[in-house]
Amino acid sequence: MEKNAALFQFLCRMGDNTLVLGHRVSEWCGHAPVIEEDIALANTALDLLGQTQLWLELAGTVEGKGRSADDLAFLRDVWDFRNLLLVERPNGDFGHTLLRQFLFDAWQNIILARLTESRDQRIAEIAEKAAKEAAYHVERSSGTVIGLGDGTDESHRRMQAALDRLWPYVGEMFCGDAADQTLAAAGIAPRPEDLRSAWDAHVNAVLDAATLARPDSDFAHKGGRDGTHTEHLGYILADMQFLQRAYPGAAW
Amino acid sequence: MSSEWPLFEVFIRGQHGLSHRHVGSLHAPDAEMALKNARDVYTRRNEGVSIWVVESARITASSPGDKGPLYAPSESKIYRHPTFYDIPDDVEAM
Amino acid sequence: MYAQMVKTAGHGIKPRDRMTPQERAFQDRIDAGEKIEPKDWMPDEYRATLIRQIGQHAHSEIVGQLPEGNWITRAPTLERKAILLAKVQDEAGHGLYLYSACETLGVSRDELIAMLHAGKMKYSSIFNYPTLNWADIGAVGWLVDGAAIMNQVQLQKTSYGPYARAMVRICKEESFHQRQGFSIMMKMAAGTPAQKRMAQDALNRLWFPSLMMFGPPDKDSAHTAQSMAWKIKINTNDELRQRFVDQTVPQIDYLGLERPDPDLKWNPDKADGKGGFDYSDPDWAEFFAVLKGNGPCNTDRMKARVDAWEQGAWVRDGLSAHAAKRAARSAQQTAAQ
Repeated sequence: MEKNAALFQFLCRMGDNTLVLGHRVSEWCGHAPVIEEDIALANTALDLLGQTQLWLELAGTVEGKGRSADDLAFLRDVWDFRNLLLVERPNGDFGHTLLRQFLFDAWQNIILARLTESRDQRIAEIAEKAAKEAAYHVERSSGTVIGLGDGTDESHRRMQAALDRLWPYVGEMFCGDAADQTLAAAGIAPRPEDLRSAWDAHVNAVLDAATLARPDSDFAHKGGRDGTHTEHLGYILADMQFLQRAYPGAAW
Repeated sequence: MSSEWPLFEVFIRGQHGLSHRHVGSLHAPDAEMALKNARDVYTRRNEGVSIWVVESARITASSPGDKGPLYAPSESKIYRHPTFYDIPDDVEAM
Repeated sequence: MYAQMVKTAGHGIKPRDRMTPQERAFQDRIDAGEKIEPKDWMPDEYRATLIRQIGQHAHSEIVGQLPEGNWITRAPTLERKAILLAKVQDEAGHGLYLYSACETLGVSRDELIAMLHAGKMKYSSIFNYPTLNWADIGAVGWLVDGAAIMNQVQLQKTSYGPYARAMVRICKEESFHQRQGFSIMMKMAAGTPAQKRMAQDALNRLWFPSLMMFGPPDKDSAHTAQSMAWKIKINTNDELRQRFVDQTVPQIDYLGLERPDPDLKWNPDKADGKGGFDYSDPDWAEFFAVLKGNGPCNTDRMKARVDAWEQGAWVRDGLSAHAAKRAARSAQQTAAQ
């Protein structure tokens, strides 16, 4: 794949992940189990939104067609979104949301650390800022997964169910394609496959402390990174893009 | 079941070199989570560089009735304050 | 004002000669502008009234997350979405500060929440109105927060220390809320015809409910005198309402929107010749109906809060259980050493 196209694709993948996950997490605002968690979730969503702005803005620059971060977020249709299927999964209960967050945070924390060494200075700078946020996210979500996994019988049961449910969406994080190869060869981004062992190490340790059993299956749902999504993304966009679509050209 | 999470008091050092100052309270299942909650609740606007949390129940406080005995004696020890000493202005660096 | 119609406990102001020496000393401290702190002696009625008032204020912040939260997932730009989310998050923080202040009076947050859910405590009537278009988010910040700030600024001087300190913190954080609301209104009022229509619609719908936030007219507002003597209420309902109207009408004109009430006219004779705007009274029958539970959103708001609380029970219990396990393990380890 030609390098600029690969770069655009990569930046959309990063920005769409944070956009869609931030959207999902923001759905909790006002509905969390306790005020302290409500505030913490909003902080996470705000961090993700801030990262979205940076990734998509750079994507627009790289693409060179004059599209802003808002244009990319609010005016693309489902097939142009490049996020992981994992992040568009519905929230489910609080445990399900936190487990999804944890699986993503563990991955994001690792990839951002690697991206701080990117040969593309613009990417390294975004990663530098985002890595600090991700480090806190993974610390917090790991702690909550451990607390709920090793809590009551009910919380343990719910967390195990969430893990089993979400596990098939893990594999997609580590499946590289031609675009990834191009960027890896240019020293811009790591190969997704190369992140797996560090992810496994962190996740296994947390699941262990949480007394949760890591599912055996390696089956992975894929497609999000290429624009083939679950049914859920369409509804997210219907919500998110409503005003921009219903009143084209208006300034907000 | 549901027993309420204990209450913690939060103290934040706003800048390097300053003392920690009481900023408010929150609930958390334990001190470690209280620290994280404090970070999320009380430093949303870059307010701090260091956080202490302590379970409210662990604080021993003076009772208002003791105000006289506890603080009044120090009021008479005005020699503890620098302005007590009359030093001529031409003595510099004092 | 998120505390409306807070019933003051007791039977009105006691004449000084009928006060006990303790009560007299207490009133003297308040008159001297001293703060009352949690461990200080206070009349039971003062404590009870404060619990009602601060508790209602706290509930209002938390329920108040819902109408604005209604638009978080539909905010039209990344920046607007971040601003709105940060703002609604602030409301959660304010609820937390206020519950904490209330807890210093000897009631737990869980007890307060249980009373809210059982319908034994109230929250501000304003949050039982819906947010129907994006300009409502602007109007809520501009009008609702504007009205709230009017009340909260003076409550920074309230006699109860923890309440006053919570108010100081809240006022500091609130300062951006009203401004972001007005900035949305400016965009909308200067935007396309559809946007302008949204702005006018939001103003028209939220104007009278905003006036209701200050509570019923002084003549119908029992118990105000005692609360004012205790300095847990600083200005009367009508004073604050007038101040709000006088502040807001020029802003409506600035936006180029139509005044939502044809009776909004400058009256130079008001306020002993200082002048003020005349305005129509809100429909007080509607106000009392909303307080009774018959506002457009009462049942939805309460359901959302009760669901969040009940569906979150396993999370609170799970994390408690884990904390207990950890404490037990570390005690065991210490014993073994």
